[in-house]
Amino acid sequence: MLQGISSEAFVLGMSAIAASICMLAGSFGALGQGMAAAKACEAVGRQPEASAEITRTMVLGQAITETNAIYGLVIAIILLFVQPLLAAL
Amino acid sequence: MGLSETVMNGILVVLALSIFAIVVNIKVKKAKVDKAPSNFLNIIEMFVEFINDMVKSNMGEKGMKFAPLMITLMSYLAVANIFGLIGLASPTSDYSITLTLALFVFALVQVVKFRSYGGLVGYGKSFTEPVPLLTPINIISEIANPISMSFRLFGNIMSGSLIMALLHGALGYFSPLVTAPLRLYFDIFTGLLQAYIFVMLTMIFIDGAVK
Repeated sequence: MLQGISSEAFVLGMSAIAASICMLAGSFGALGQGMAAAKACEAVGRQPEASAEITRTMVLGQAITETNAIYGLVIAIILLFVQPLLAAL
Repeated sequence: MGLSETVMNGILVVLALSIFAIVVNIKVKKAKVDKAPSNFLNIIEMFVEFINDMVKSNMGEKGMKFAPLMITLMSYLAVANIFGLIGLASPTSDYSITLTLALFVFALVQVVKFRSYGGLVGYGKSFTEPVPLLTPINIISEIANPISMSFRLFGNIMSGSLIMALLHGALGYFSPLVTAPLRLYFDIFTGLLQAYIFVMLTMIFIDGAVK
């Protein structure tokens, strides 16, 4: 162990770093959602009369795209607040 | 009995909605047919028609028997998600409640599938489509549905209330300046959108289970 750092503090700090890495999953989710929104904008521009249908499809597709980002968020929340790694110490 | 705060709030939402439903029932019975409905009844009618249109466009005319279930899910989720506005913990920020809802939808989808495929043999065969090699993947994708559904709802509502709590802790007495507009997004917009998405996915899963 590093000098002057208790193992609890080490595990907690590493958990915080791991949680921040987990939140990177959100960035790719945002990228995918942005792509869906851009395509939906194009589609509405081409066919303004179908905008209700397009919006519904876009929202649904974005919700499913979001799942991965949500998984990352849930893992980050568990790492920070439930602290399962401390129990394994 | 150790009921957590979020479960208590979930029961509170059910009680409030039950009282509201009784009030609506009395008002509808009192309404005269030859007179224009009051503003209150107009709003209720708009809500019912919105759900009916949604069910019709997603599940067709034969799915109309599911419309009362959808309106129940939608009103429960909408009220539960914006519950954080009155200062109490939102029921859907507790994983046990979202998991219960998702498992209920999962069981319903399996029952509908069982019935529409005509018994155990047809139901078992439905997993071997299009080729028997894909059976494990079909089973996994079926089980993944309730997990992703419950985590989506839980994660969205939970992250909103978590960000609020962090901001309250960081800014102290000045937090209302920042959190008041953010509540508009996290509680009202995200909450209603997630209720809509949950109901929409329920409809799509049930429609996909019918042969």
